Amino acid sequence: MLGPQSAFVMYEEELNQINEVLNKLLRDSNSKVIFLVDKNGQLISAVGETENLDTTSLASLTAGNIAATGGLAKLIGEKEFSILFHEGEKDNIHISIVAQRVILVVIFDQRSSLGLVRLRVKKASDELGRIFEDLTQKTEEQERSGQSQSPFAEITDDDIDNLFK
Amino acid sequence: MSFINYASREINCKIVYYGPGLCGKTTNLQYIYQKTDPTAKGKMISLATETERTLFFDFLPLALGEIRGFKTRFHLYTVPGQVFYDASRKLILKGVDGVVFVADSQEERLDANIESLENLKDNLEEQGYRLEDLPFVMQYNKRDLPNVSSMEELRELLNPDGVPEYEACATTGEGVFETVKAVAKLILLELKKGG
Repeated sequence: MLGPQSAFVMYEEELNQINEVLNKLLRDSNSKVIFLVDKNGQLISAVGETENLDTTSLASLTAGNIAATGGLAKLIGEKEFSILFHEGEKDNIHISIVAQRVILVVIFDQRSSLGLVRLRVKKASDELGRIFEDLTQKTEEQERSGQSQSPFAEITDDDIDNLFK
Repeated sequence: MSFINYASREINCKIVYYGPGLCGKTTNLQYIYQKTDPTAKGKMISLATETERTLFFDFLPLALGEIRGFKTRFHLYTVPGQVFYDASRKLILKGVDGVVFVADSQEERLDANIESLENLKDNLEEQGYRLEDLPFVMQYNKRDLPNVSSMEELRELLNPDGVPEYEACATTGEGVFETVKAVAKLILLELKKGG
């Protein structure tokens, strides 16, 4: 597991793999939107009908929701609640934790069902879990070999000041 | 914990505004929200009670521009300041990259400031952070009020380490952008070091 201070890094290769899994899940589960959020509320990816959705806000609220529910779980002696389900009049939200560090959110309506979503999410979670394992390994390897040249290593004070002009 | 996305060439960082109840954390965010170009900000979310007290958090995403081809985005959060919301405060500190402490300059809030600052240190330690190691900025808010403690006293009690500090009046916006810029700059410098 990465330390609290180290950055969470995403590469193009892994993101493509993730999007492939998410798009397949979108089709297989007949859902409307799927997004993947880091536990700190950063949006990793979103697929489906995202045009009219404020995905940034959704990501932050989802992470807050998971954090609050995790707090509740600990209070009653559970490690975490790995699945949350919110039922609305038209749309429903299925939230699950993948590989203990990212959150998979599936929004679906009457064209799908909770049973189908749960079934497909389980399979996709295994695949996503493997991708994130690889990603963690890759990040650690790069760090060890000193290749993880931060894109910010070369920035100057002027670069930073220019942001605030 | 910043999130560096090489695929979309973005970097996301999390800033948390901490401080005692009614010190002006939400007002800081509201001012930034009002004065920021619509293209550079997302929606501001406030999870508050019916009496406008923060219940869980406020959230404001800001896009600052590009550095070396990477879009820099900052996610601003506030914590609920009231003492009994401690469980929620701990959750919001998860993955934090930089902290702003908003102190209420009024004399009668001096103890509340000290208590909140101690609470910040405790909650950070629980997550494996040390305040001294984090980008950290101090804001003395409500400087426009008549009954404020002197800067010397506040500095001695709240900022013995001498982190960057700003006098502010969040309702009129004085010192608000200076504060957020200062913490953002410290975070970027931390990233430069290879954080």
